Amino acid sequence: MLYREAGDFKTSYVADSQTFPIKFDRFGYYAILAIAFLGVPLVINDYWANSIVVPFLIYTIAALGLNILIGYCGQLSLGTGAFMAVGAYGSYKLMTAFPELNIVFVIIAAGFITAGVGVLFGLPSLRIKGFYLAVATLAAQFFLIWLFTRQAWFYNYSPTGMISAPTREVFGFPVTGPRASAVSMYMICLCFLVASAWLARNLTRGTLGRQWMAIRDMDIAAEIIGVNPLMAKLTAFAVSSFLIGISGALLFTVYLGAAEAGEAFGIDKSFLVLFMVIIGGLGSIFGAFAGAAFLIVGPVMLKLLLVNTLGWPTDLAAHLEIMIIGAMILVFLILEPHGIAALWRTIKEKLRLWPFPY
Amino acid sequence: MKMTKLAALLTATMLAAGPTLADTLHFPNLSYRTGPFAAGGIPFADGYADYFTLINERDGGIGGVPIRYSECETAYNTERGVECYQSIRNDNPLVLQPLSTGITYQLIPRATEDQIPIHSMGYGRTSAVNGEVFPFVFNYPSNYWDGASVMINWILSQNDNDIQGKKIALLYHNSAYGREPIPTLERLSERYGFTFLQIGVDSPGQEQGSQWLQIRRERPDYVLMWGWGVMNPTAIQEAANIRFPMENFIGIWWSGSEQDVIPVGTGAHGYTSLALSGVGRDFPLYDDLQNYVYDSGLAAGAGDQMGTVSYSRGIYAAMLAVEAARTAQQIHGVSAITPAMMRDGMANLVITEERLLELGLPGFARPFEVSCQNHGGTGHALVQRWDANEGRWDIISDWIESDRELIMEMVMEDSLAYAAENNITPACLN
Repeated sequence: MLYREAGDFKTSYVADSQTFPIKFDRFGYYAILAIAFLGVPLVINDYWANSIVVPFLIYTIAALGLNILIGYCGQLSLGTGAFMAVGAYGSYKLMTAFPELNIVFVIIAAGFITAGVGVLFGLPSLRIKGFYLAVATLAAQFFLIWLFTRQAWFYNYSPTGMISAPTREVFGFPVTGPRASAVSMYMICLCFLVASAWLARNLTRGTLGRQWMAIRDMDIAAEIIGVNPLMAKLTAFAVSSFLIGISGALLFTVYLGAAEAGEAFGIDKSFLVLFMVIIGGLGSIFGAFAGAAFLIVGPVMLKLLLVNTLGWPTDLAAHLEIMIIGAMILVFLILEPHGIAALWRTIKEKLRLWPFPY
Repeated sequence: MKMTKLAALLTATMLAAGPTLADTLHFPNLSYRTGPFAAGGIPFADGYADYFTLINERDGGIGGVPIRYSECETAYNTERGVECYQSIRNDNPLVLQPLSTGITYQLIPRATEDQIPIHSMGYGRTSAVNGEVFPFVFNYPSNYWDGASVMINWILSQNDNDIQGKKIALLYHNSAYGREPIPTLERLSERYGFTFLQIGVDSPGQEQGSQWLQIRRERPDYVLMWGWGVMNPTAIQEAANIRFPMENFIGIWWSGSEQDVIPVGTGAHGYTSLALSGVGRDFPLYDDLQNYVYDSGLAAGAGDQMGTVSYSRGIYAAMLAVEAARTAQQIHGVSAITPAMMRDGMANLVITEERLLELGLPGFARPFEVSCQNHGGTGHALVQRWDANEGRWDIISDWIESDRELIMEMVMEDSLAYAAENNITPACLN
C-alpha cells in the first residue's frame, strides 16, 4: 500500500536508471540523509558517538571497500587489517611530515597510498584465484604488520612503536586528538561515509562495476566478451584498498587517537570486516551498512544490556557476548545465506504486496 | 510483540547507560577477565576489588564516604578500552587503572583533557614520571626503565660488577608494553659493554618456537623477559625445554606470578623475576581480608586468587588509590572529592613505613613520596625466585636501586619531545 511502484512514471532514461527508482525509497533515502546530517548532531552525546556511531561509520567504509573486492569482483582478500594499517600509518606519516596539511586531504592521500599498496598486492590475483589468492593476501597481512612493527621509520622512531594522532582542525573545529568533540568526529566520519557510499554505488552501477561482476561470475567468459582482466582486477583492488585505507586512517586519527599495528590492525580485523561483508550480503551496498551495524553495534548493545541493565558480572557478559554473537551469525547464515541485504530484499518484496498478498 | 519488547529493553538499556551520581567515591577498573591476558588480569582485578570491599566493610569507606567500585571488561583490547573510558568518564571516576600499556597510551591525552588522573602502576608510559608534562598521569612506585636498570644492576651484583662481553637477550611482547625497556637497555649496553639482543614475540605470545631456536643458537648469558598473559608460561616452558639455566632467566614484575610458573611444574624451579612488593599472605591485612571480605562471601571473582603475586599487586594498587584519596580529602577538606582533587592527592602522596604498619602491610612495599617533578616513586624493586617444590615465591634480594640519574635524563628527553609535539608548556599544576 505504502511501498509501491504503481503510479510512479518515468519519462526519461535518466529517471529510469537512477539509484532509487521507487519514490518511497528515494524519499526514505533523503530523509535518512537529512536526519544523519541535521538531526543526529543535535542529540548525539559523547558515549554514543565514541562507542557506537563513529566506529559504525568507520567500519562501514571498510566493509564497502571489501565488498567491492569480494562481493563485486569475486577476489577473496584476508589483508583488510593490513590495508587499514597502511591507511593509518600513511595518515600518521603525512600528519607529522606536513603539519599544515588539512586532515581531510591527509585522509584522502592516505587512501591513495593504500590504493597503491593494494594494487601491488593485487598483482598475484592475475595468476591465482579463490583460496590461493586468500593465502596471498594473508601474506600481505603479515608482511605489512611486520613492516609497521619492526621498521622504526614508520612510527617516527618512537621508543614504544605507538603512533599517536596530533590535534587537527577542520573549519576551526578539532576533529582529531583529545579536544575533538563528539559532533565534529561524527560529522567528519559521516561525510567520508556518504562520499564513499556514493562512490561505491555509482562505480558498481557503471562500466567498471559491470566488468567486475563479469569477472566475478566467470572470468574466462568475461575475457572473451572483451573485459580486460588485468584492468578489472587491479581497479577493484585499487578502489577497494582506497576505501579501506580511508577507513583505517579515520579509525586511527579520529577514533583511536593512538595505535600500534599488531594490536589494532591484526588478522582479527581482517576477519571482522570479512564477516561484516558476508553477514551483510555480498555484492550489496546496503549489506555493508547492515553487516557493520550487526558486528559493531550488536556487541556494545549486548554489553549495555547484560552489564548495565541486568547487572551481570563483566566476564560472564563478555563470554556470553561472544557466544550470542557467534550463535546469531550461525542462525543468520542458515536462515538467510545471502546476508541481511537479501533479507531486506525479501521484506521489500513483501511490502509491495502488503496488505493484500495474493 | 516481540519487536516492542525488544525495543522496550533497548530503551531501558539506553536509559541505564546514563551516569548515576550519588555520594560515593567511584573507583572504576578497566579489567580483563577474558582473552589471552586474563590469567594476569583476573587476580589483579580481584585484589583491586577486594581491597575496596574491605575498606567499605571495615571502615565504612574513605573518610566516611563509601566506595563505589565498577568494572568494565576490556579484554586487553584498546578499542574496548576506549569504549569503557567513554562509558565511565562522566561518572566521576576518581582514578583510572587500565592495566594495559596500550590503553594507557590511548587514554593519556583524553584523560588529561577531561582532568581524570591515571595510575599506570609499574606499566604505561615511562616518561610520565615527569609530572610537569603529564600532570594527570602517575606511574609510581616503579616503571619499566627502572625495571630494566634494576635487572642489569642485579646481574652486575651477580658478576662482581663486570659484565663486559656478556650477551643479554630481551624476550619481549611485541607491543608498546614490551618495547618500553629497549632504549634503556641499549644505553646500559653501551655503558657496561654487554651485547644486547632483542627478540620480539608477537601478541598474544603462544608461539615462541623460532625465538627460542634463536636463543639456543645465540647462547645468551642472560634472558630478560617482558611478557604478559599467555606469553609467560609459554616462555618459561620453552626455557625449561632447552634447559636454559633458570636463575639466568629474569622476568619483569608482570612475568612473575603463580599462574606463570605453575603450568611448567618443576621445570620452572629457580626462575627469577622482579617484584614490586612482598610476597605471600603473611601480612596482618590478609587477616582483615579474610574476616571482612572472604568470610562474608563478598570476595570478587571466584575468590581463589588470594595471596598470589598479581592479587597482591591489585591490593597494592588499591591501597595506593585509597591513600591518595585520603590525602586529597585532607588537602581539600571535603570528603566527597572530585577527580581533579584526587589528582592533588596523588601528586602529594607520601607512603611511609609507619603508614604501611598501620595499614597492616609492614615491609610490603618500599616507602616513597610523589612530587610534581617525580610521578614515578623511587624506582626500587626486589628479586624473587620461584620454588617449585614448595610452590611459593621467595624474595632473594634487598630493594635494588635503579640507575635513576640515567633514567631521569631519558625521561626528560622523551617527555620534552612529547611536550613539544603537543604544544604543552611544562609546568606544575597548583
